This record gives sequence, C-alpha cells and structure tokens, in this order.
Amino acid sequence: MRAVRYVAINVFRESIRDRVPYNLVLFAVLLIGSSYLLGQLTAGQDVKIIKDLGLAATSVFGLFIAIFIGIGLVSKEVEKRSIYALLSKPVSRSQFIAGKYSGLVLTLAVNVAVMTVALYAVLAYMSWTESAQFKAGWERPAADPALLKALLLIFLELMLVTAIAVFFSTFSSPILSAAMTFGLYVAGHFNADLRNFDKVVDSKSAATLARVVYHVLPDFAAFDIKTQVVHGIPVPAMYLGATIGYGLAYIGALLLVATFIFSRRDFK
Amino acid sequence: MTQPARGVHPLVAVAAAAFLGLAILLQVVRDRSVPADVFVQRLLYVRSPQVLDRVVLGFDALAADVYWIRAIQHYGGDRLDVSGRVRKYQLLYPLLDIATSLDPYFNIAYRFGAIFLSEAYPGGAGRPDLAVNLLRKGIATQPGKWEYYHDIAFINYWQLRDTQAAAEWFRRAAQQPNAPNWLMPVAAAMLTEGADRTSARFIWRQMLDADQEWLRNRAQRGLQQIDGLDQIDQLEQIVASVPHRSGEPYSWLEVIRAGRLRGIPLDPSRTPYVIDPQTGRVSVSDQSALFPMPETKK
Repeated sequence: MRAVRYVAINVFRESIRDRVPYNLVLFAVLLIGSSYLLGQLTAGQDVKIIKDLGLAATSVFGLFIAIFIGIGLVSKEVEKRSIYALLSKPVSRSQFIAGKYSGLVLTLAVNVAVMTVALYAVLAYMSWTESAQFKAGWERPAADPALLKALLLIFLELMLVTAIAVFFSTFSSPILSAAMTFGLYVAGHFNADLRNFDKVVDSKSAATLARVVYHVLPDFAAFDIKTQVVHGIPVPAMYLGATIGYGLAYIGALLLVATFIFSRRDFK
Repeated sequence: MTQPARGVHPLVAVAAAAFLGLAILLQVVRDRSVPADVFVQRLLYVRSPQVLDRVVLGFDALAADVYWIRAIQHYGGDRLDVSGRVRKYQLLYPLLDIATSLDPYFNIAYRFGAIFLSEAYPGGAGRPDLAVNLLRKGIATQPGKWEYYHDIAFINYWQLRDTQAAAEWFRRAAQQPNAPNWLMPVAAAMLTEGADRTSARFIWRQMLDADQEWLRNRAQRGLQQIDGLDQIDQLEQIVASVPHRSGEPYSWLEVIRAGRLRGIPLDPSRTPYVIDPQTGRVSVSDQSALFPMPETKK
C-alpha cells in the first residue's frame, strides 16, 4: 500500500510540475468573464448558462487532463527507460499501475474540487448581487446543492476515462492510446442507440450483437445528468447509486486487465 | 555550453509589443475600409437538431445555450436593422427549434421565443403559427406546465384573434397543476366578450405579476398599447370635431390652431402620434416602441 502511495504522490507532483493547475486559472477567468458578458446577452438566463458552462468546462478540462496525462503514465516511463529503475525497487507491477492511476485520480480530484468551489463562488456572487424579484424567475437557486450530483458523476466519468487511458497506455503508443481513448469516449456517448437497436432492425442476431456491444462499451451517456440538475429535475438515488457502482466496477475491470497486460510485458 | 537566458531582454519585449501594435493597427484599418457585414453571412450550417444532438456528445445544454444566444442576437439584430437589405427573422424558428431540441427543458426559449415569433412584423417575425408550434413542443416535454397553455391562449387571443381557441387554451391552462385561479374567469370572459380591451387589459395586468422580468416588460408594453388605442380613439374624435376645408391636408397644426390641443400629442412611449394627411386617421409612429399596434374592440 505504501508503494502505491509513493507512486501516486509522485504522479501528483509531476502534474504540478507539468503546470496542470494552470487550467484552473483559465477556468476561473472563463467563468468570471462569461458571468459578466452573459448577463448582457441572455435575457435573464445567465445563471442557467453559467451552470451549464461551469459543468461543461469541468468535464472538458478534466477530460483533457485524463486523456493527455493518462496516456503517458506508463508509456513515458517505458520510453524514458525509468521503468527499469522503478521496477528494481520493491514495487510490484500491479502496485505501479494502481499508484499511477491513483495519482492521476488525485490530480483530477483536486482539479474538480477547485473548479466546484470556483463555480459555487461565482453563482453565490450572482445570487448575492441580484434582487429578490429577479431571483424569483430562476428555476432553481443559483448555488443549488443539486449541482454536486452532476459534479460527482463528472468526476466518476473522468475516473473511467483515466482508467481507459491507463489501460491503453500499458501496451500502446501515446498517440494511439489518445485516439483510442477518445474514440471510446465518443462511442460511449452513443451507447443508448445500441440499447434500442432491436426497435430499428428486424434481425435478431444484429440486435443481440448490438446488445452485447452496448454492455461491453463504457456507458458514458449514463454519467451525464447536467441538464437534469440545472433544471431541477429529480435524479433518483437509485439511478445515482447504480451509475456510481457501474463506474467503479468498470474501472476495476479495466485496471485488472491493464495490470495483467503490464505484468506480462518484457522490458529486457 | 551556453547557459539558458534568464528573464526577457528589453528589446524582445519592445519588439513583441511593436508587432502586436502593428497587428491591431492593421485590424483597425481593415475594419474601417471594409464594412463588417460584407463577410457576415446569415447562415445556419446545421439545421437538424438530431444531428447536432449527436455532434455535441454530452454537452447538449451548453450547445442549447449557444443557440439561444444566437437566437437573441438574430432577433435583436434584425429588429434594429433599418437597411432593408435582409429578410428579417428567417433563422429565428430554426435557431429556437435547435435550442429547445438540445435542451427540452429550456423554459425561457419556448416562452420568450414564442413572443419573438408571434409579434407582428417588423417588431417580430409575425409567425404566430410557428410560435404555437414551439409551445406545443414544450407541452410535449412538460405537459403540466400551465404557462405554455397560457401563452398559446394569449397568441390565439392577441395575434390570431381567435377567441374561441383562446378560451379553450385558457381552460386547459387552468386545469394544469399549480395554475393560478384567474385563468378560468379569463376563459369565460373570452367566450362572452371576445377580443375587447377590458379583457386584454385584465390579462396584461395579471402578467405584470409574472416572475420573469421580460414578461413584466412585455405586459407593460401591452398595457401601453391598449392605453394608446384608447387615446387614438379620443384624438380621432377631436380631429373630427375641428372644421376642415376639403382638399387641404389634415395636420396637428390645424387642430392646435383650433385650440383643441396644446401641442402634438405623445403616445405612452413618449413618441408623437402621426396623423394621416389624407384621411385624418391617427396612429402611432413606426418609430414608436408601441409599433405595430394590435387591433381590439373597444
């Protein structure tokens, strides 16, 4: 466990050295700048749009960090040959993968946490500066705690993207890993179509195949509840719980396969 | 071995600032010599909400916001355009359709969008039929939203002059959850009195209590239009009471000289009324914020 922690902390430190926190400044500037500009453009919908923008930016910034750092986590060590020095120490290959993954998840957690605080700060400021009459027109309060549900699922989605990136990183080049991770991210958002394939085709075998692919591909669309929380549409606890469980199980499966592949690699 | 340079050389900073200054200067020269709208085309590349829904992955709500802002800018730009070079509001419905397809719960896009579409041309698109379509789409997503039924009723009453249909939609609005209790009496008034100004004034006054500022502003304008209609009736009576030599044009000067008015009368938006030199009919100016005026019975 200690070995995992050391590797994870090193990944986190490396991300700080790689200036990943700069994106937080960009996020803050984007939110504060747009909250001023949108007030002039959106006919009283600035709070809704700030919520949409904040949630989307958290997701996009995190996605870039997860993909572009995740794909290099393992392959960079191999390319730089630092893997030899690392594996000669009392660190097993499974601990190495777990540590690398945990380190990037820690980076993402800090990232999402800071973005959440920034988003709530901007929304609280907007709520504080508006009149009670203007606020009466809002569907939901500005600093609505329900946003945390969407942010939780965004974080889980990023954890899943990181697991995919680490998985590809164990056996493929960074460019190919990035392409495949992004490809799976896009395909995972169309997953709902595969579930309903039997309604548009007559062939039973095609429908069964689509159903299998639906279950095998990561179901990224399930993590998207941004529209619901912004409009105050209830998200059942059952849905939230099942999606969190699904994400964690899928991540577990990916990391196990990644560890298996990595443990069979020959670095001679 | 050379050491990496520390800090920025002053000459580099000056050169960078000079290049940036040159770029801004060229930009200003270009913008002054070539009007911006030469290159601005009124295009909507993707008109299919289904295609856009796929393209934007999980960012539907944010994409809806972008289309909503485009719809507002399109409406505002065309409303203010006086060049006469463009066919106004032609992209308004597709933009609103896309915004509400990407975010089916975008309440304001249905309600405000319906006002943009239903307002008489040139103040709006003059397409109450499309406004009703948009609101029906909202009802399909949220069947219990009484505001959408109310807005369809109002369009039937105010723009389409169909009091039977308006009464029916007011009745349906009254049956939805959380509907205010004044809707049913309004439905009854529609059936008994039709499109009279008293009913219109009553509905606009109810809308003055709306939670949305833009709806209160719209109600304020509606009330001013009804006040304007009453004033026009009075002014036409005054004009008719002044002796008029046939063949000569009607004018405010003639009425003022006769001592019937102290000055050129102003409408509730503080814009002078216009008198038709041929017929003596009074109307609001096309420069007035109240133009175009609705037609209602007294």
